[in-house]
Amino acid sequence: MGLRSYIITRLVLMIPTLLLLLSMVFLVMRVLPGDPVALHFEKKADPATMDQMRHILGLDRPILEQYIDYIGGIVDINYLLAHGYPNLGKSMQTFEDVGGQIFSAFPATLELAIYSMIIACVIGILLGVVASKSYNSVLDQFIRGFGTVTYAVPVFFLGIVLQLIFGVYLHWLPTGLRLDPSITPPTGLTITLSALPGGFPNHFLLSSIAGLIVFLMCIVILKMRRKNLKYRGIAISVVAFIITWVIYAFVSWHFVQAGKLQISTGLYTIDSLLQGNIFTFFGSVKALLLPSITLGIVLSGIFVRLTRTNMLETLRLDFVTAAKARGLKETTVTYGYALRNAFLPILTMMGLQFAMLLGGAILTETTFSWPGLGRYIVNRINFRDYTAIQGAIVVFGLLVALVSLVVDILYAYLDPRIRL
Amino acid sequence: MTEAKMKRSILARIVPQLTSLTRRGPSGWMVIVGIAIVSAIIVMTAVAPWISPHDPNLQVGPIRAPPSLGFPMGTNQLGFDMLSRILFGGSIMLEISVLSVLICFLVGVPLGLFSSYVGGMFDRGFSLVIDAVYAFPGLVIAIAVAAMLGPGVINMALSIAVVYIPSYFRIVRSQVLSIKELTYIEAAKSSGAKWYTILISYVFPNVIPSIIIVATVNFADAVLTAAGLTFIGLGVPYNIPDWGWDLKNGWQFLSSGAWWIITFPGLMIILLALGFTLVGEGLSELLNPKLQR
Repeated sequence: MGLRSYIITRLVLMIPTLLLLLSMVFLVMRVLPGDPVALHFEKKADPATMDQMRHILGLDRPILEQYIDYIGGIVDINYLLAHGYPNLGKSMQTFEDVGGQIFSAFPATLELAIYSMIIACVIGILLGVVASKSYNSVLDQFIRGFGTVTYAVPVFFLGIVLQLIFGVYLHWLPTGLRLDPSITPPTGLTITLSALPGGFPNHFLLSSIAGLIVFLMCIVILKMRRKNLKYRGIAISVVAFIITWVIYAFVSWHFVQAGKLQISTGLYTIDSLLQGNIFTFFGSVKALLLPSITLGIVLSGIFVRLTRTNMLETLRLDFVTAAKARGLKETTVTYGYALRNAFLPILTMMGLQFAMLLGGAILTETTFSWPGLGRYIVNRINFRDYTAIQGAIVVFGLLVALVSLVVDILYAYLDPRIRL
Repeated sequence: MTEAKMKRSILARIVPQLTSLTRRGPSGWMVIVGIAIVSAIIVMTAVAPWISPHDPNLQVGPIRAPPSLGFPMGTNQLGFDMLSRILFGGSIMLEISVLSVLICFLVGVPLGLFSSYVGGMFDRGFSLVIDAVYAFPGLVIAIAVAAMLGPGVINMALSIAVVYIPSYFRIVRSQVLSIKELTYIEAAKSSGAKWYTILISYVFPNVIPSIIIVATVNFADAVLTAAGLTFIGLGVPYNIPDWGWDLKNGWQFLSSGAWWIITFPGLMIILLALGFTLVGEGLSELLNPKLQR
């Protein structure tokens, strides 16, 4: 099976997996005890009002009907286009759109996850390589100890200790929130656009430049991959040219009419850089530092252990001896030859660890009052906010599935044995 | 191969590796130290009523008093003696971890054995469900189940078990898939053994080493997950001394600089989890044929 069909299969398989996950959550939430309406009113309202509220939320209908309704909402394309996020129902606590709430909380979690993953990988792989190079020495035992201890440390406890040291005693770093409340959150890059004279026809003609750029890029890429350029390559490039031209023309026309183009990722560090606001950038980095280091250190233990075992196995192989015998430098052999071969299991572990990272993110977010999805779940679960939790779990599931897909593609790309 | 011979060969594989731990280098020592830590904590919790200086649930001193001679670990926000609470506080963590491992074992192993042995569509469908749970952030599931079930030791153990049953299932399944192709299973089948006899007497013993490793790691994970659930506010009620509860509630007084309320319970949780991790990691390295020379 080729890589392309593999990716398509995986993408298609994601739908039943997510549906299964969603159905399980849906069923479990409704079968187990707990009543969101009673919790919302703290049992103070009279039964008639509560029944009315149940009716509005649809909780008085059969579970199957609620389920079909919910799934129908998710696949509602019109809603998605109008709001920018899918219809995940109304929160049973605040009666607002769950999709919107998740959409605004998600970037915080993503930012935390990205930086912690980077920290975990850098610490873990470096320490693992060093340990394997000095097998069974004191340094090796020390690093092994680090790997084992970090695995046993509850992530929130490490967070609390760091808060205590760097926040309460030293006052170096903030102990919570994504940004100091006195700083306005970054909005990203805003480009003011003005329409060309001549209206849409002129605009459409000029848009062909974008298509031309893509056309040239296609040719260069195909040339670099030494593909035969004769008919198929040129046909593909021409199709890419036309598609880009048309899409670019219409999309950019949309923004020109609006008068401005907003590029915003929701990640404060990137948005503040796009905006060119260094002050906000340092503010967000400062706030990110403690949470991401906390999560990164706790996760790094697994990477240390994995890198160490894989490097130990790889360093024993014949090709390493051969490379050394040819007089290559020690660092070249270690990082250029051995680590590259030991990297594939580490990559797989990164994908698997991502789910663990999201779990850890919940506790880290709680510790650092980080306004992400984890804290959203924790806040809502006590109120049995069914829709909010379903929505958050679907997003988590989607994220985990996407990351594992990306890891698989990278794996196929890095491992020449699987290459097309 | 007779049944007795089979069993002996499996025991012959495990027992010598466990009896000569001291001669097995660092991995052997890891197992020993781990077992020592865990047993020390168990003994400490068991004898706590006789050795603790104060009642752990009674105000015996000023609130948030720093460590002193009278209160070696200080007092918490309610004026309870921290040392007594530390001595008593392990019981809930231990109970939850043992219970959840037991539930995982009793549910995950038979499911894995049965599903992979039967094979076919049943196995496929079942694995799909299990994989969906496995790939998902475990803590989210544990939080959801714990919140729905309400507080209590058994409920927490159940919610943790839900997260870790898939790892038992998967390890057992992958092992059985390779074992059931072996010739001695074929021999047992042709000599007329019932399917449950084959599963219990011929397949299961071969899976035991892998299960032991999963279970020891599971102990550590259960302790950490229990601590996490307590931290979020889904733990057991507070009149039972518990490290997790102390940590969660002491954290709210962080800005006052009362480090002793959170540090000692946190260190105890680390120690307990570390004990289990050491056993698990040491065992997995001892039983991993790739690294043996």
